[in-house]
Amino acid sequence: MKKPYFISDYVSIWKNTLSLNGETLFNCSQETSFKDFSKSLYKHIDMNYPKFYKMDNLSKLALLATEALFKNKNFNPEEENIALTLSNKSGSLDTDLKHQDSIADETNFFPSPAVFVYTLANICLGEISIKYKLQTENAFFVSESFQPDFITVYAEQLLQTGKAKKVLCGWVEYTDDNYEAFIYLVDEEGTLEHRSETLKKLYLE
Amino acid sequence: MREVYINDSNCITPLGFDVQANFDALLEGKSGIVKSTDFHKAVYVSKIDEQLLNKSFAEIGDPSAYTKLEKMLILTLKPLVSEYSISKDTPLIVSTTKGNIDELHHTNPRRILLHEVAQAVTDFFGLTQQAIVISNACVSGLLSVAVAKRMIQAGVYEGALVVAGDIISEFVLSGFHSFQAISDTPCRPYDESRKGITLGEAAAAVYISTVKSKNPTQAVKISGDGAINDANHISGPSRTGEGLYKSILAALEEAAVDVTAVDFISAHGTATHYNDEMEAIAFNRASLEHVPLNSLKGYYGHTLGASGLLETIISIESAFRNVLIPSVGYETSGISQPLNIIKNNQQKDIKYFLKTASGFGGCNTAVLFEKIA
Repeated sequence: MKKPYFISDYVSIWKNTLSLNGETLFNCSQETSFKDFSKSLYKHIDMNYPKFYKMDNLSKLALLATEALFKNKNFNPEEENIALTLSNKSGSLDTDLKHQDSIADETNFFPSPAVFVYTLANICLGEISIKYKLQTENAFFVSESFQPDFITVYAEQLLQTGKAKKVLCGWVEYTDDNYEAFIYLVDEEGTLEHRSETLKKLYLE
Repeated sequence: MREVYINDSNCITPLGFDVQANFDALLEGKSGIVKSTDFHKAVYVSKIDEQLLNKSFAEIGDPSAYTKLEKMLILTLKPLVSEYSISKDTPLIVSTTKGNIDELHHTNPRRILLHEVAQAVTDFFGLTQQAIVISNACVSGLLSVAVAKRMIQAGVYEGALVVAGDIISEFVLSGFHSFQAISDTPCRPYDESRKGITLGEAAAAVYISTVKSKNPTQAVKISGDGAINDANHISGPSRTGEGLYKSILAALEEAAVDVTAVDFISAHGTATHYNDEMEAIAFNRASLEHVPLNSLKGYYGHTLGASGLLETIISIESAFRNVLIPSVGYETSGISQPLNIIKNNQQKDIKYFLKTASGFGGCNTAVLFEKIA
């Protein structure tokens, strides 16, 4: 008999707004860039993690959503064996373009390791792992759109086989100042059943 | 739990366009690494000849309609799709770190996004399911084996095609150069004179399913896996080999196999100072220091998202021929802890072997395989 799992919490960030479990937690009223929005949000959720400022936009987005979710929990993430499975459409394209700019001209060739390391989408998983000391299962997937049918099966398999106790899943997409994060925690406790249909609804909220 | 097998495999590398040709070249000690002037700086690489690739591809499709990487992926998968008369709803998992990244400098780049590469492959074979791309740095190829196995065990798939590939680009070369991680000689994993990586390109494919191959000399069981993050640094491995050590333990625990049963290790061995040292620490912590081990990077270079799958396929061949391939480029130990690095072709009965990989972002993967006699 399969154990039931739940979506214990979910966070969305898009259009200058962060919401937690369906309720708006933070909103920048006027139109603003991700740079300014992410700084305001960082302060609002009282993050206090100076490494944040060195990260690329995709990692910042993933970390802000994760921080808002974990702040709402009364556990220490380090002790919970929380696996990470994030996905998106554009991989690390935002940073890829920055690295490409630095090598486009042979006479003005200035590739930087601090940029290059972020030309992999899974670096955002590494950043989350470091921040919350998660020595846990992690995988980054790329698909044209959010694939809850696939991700729900993968997450439950990690739980069923004891490879993880909880799974932080979601979609983190950043290109050209457009951003969209939808991150949720799959756990043994909660009220929302962990089902693909539920996630499709929450994702569109 | 359902048992899951790798039934068949294929690969395309500078050493040959199928597994037999590759393994025969390895037995003769051939390496694909040569000096190239195709990039910003002269550099050693293991690069696939595009004319040869186009000639082979022309037998199945129009070479001008696809990028180099797409041709490699399609050509690698083709015999597996034909052999198993794959039904059109078979899932496809594609492993790549950078996809068609060399297209980025073109005015009209083709299929820059990774899912677009996967779609080109999906469409070529007329598959109906949306492919899933795994892009998890240098563990992608090996992680894709673990992911396919997990999805099959969950009961949603009966079988899956897995294909992995990456190409050499100015984009990636310049990035590793900026880290001062590119060797100015062919790479020498674990050796005291090692100076960093050599890049390579390759594609590799496997068919994974719950059914054992009809040919009993081909199937290996995927017995256990782990893919655990170091949670330490995004561009440097853990000093204690934490994530790799835990990944190995997870693989052995799931397989319920004692560490003393491991007959052979196909390690990552990139020939950077930090990677090789980290592996030596992790393998010693796991009490695997006496187990014969190689890195195939001295033959193929670092083929990024292809490496984990390519090296798995070569190791399967090693297991069935009971022959261990030497870790080319290794002469004198340049790591602080002992490892049993293979120096010459050796006969050994192999039942269990371990494949590992590690990469940027602190990721690691270990998979234990069992040869089915």
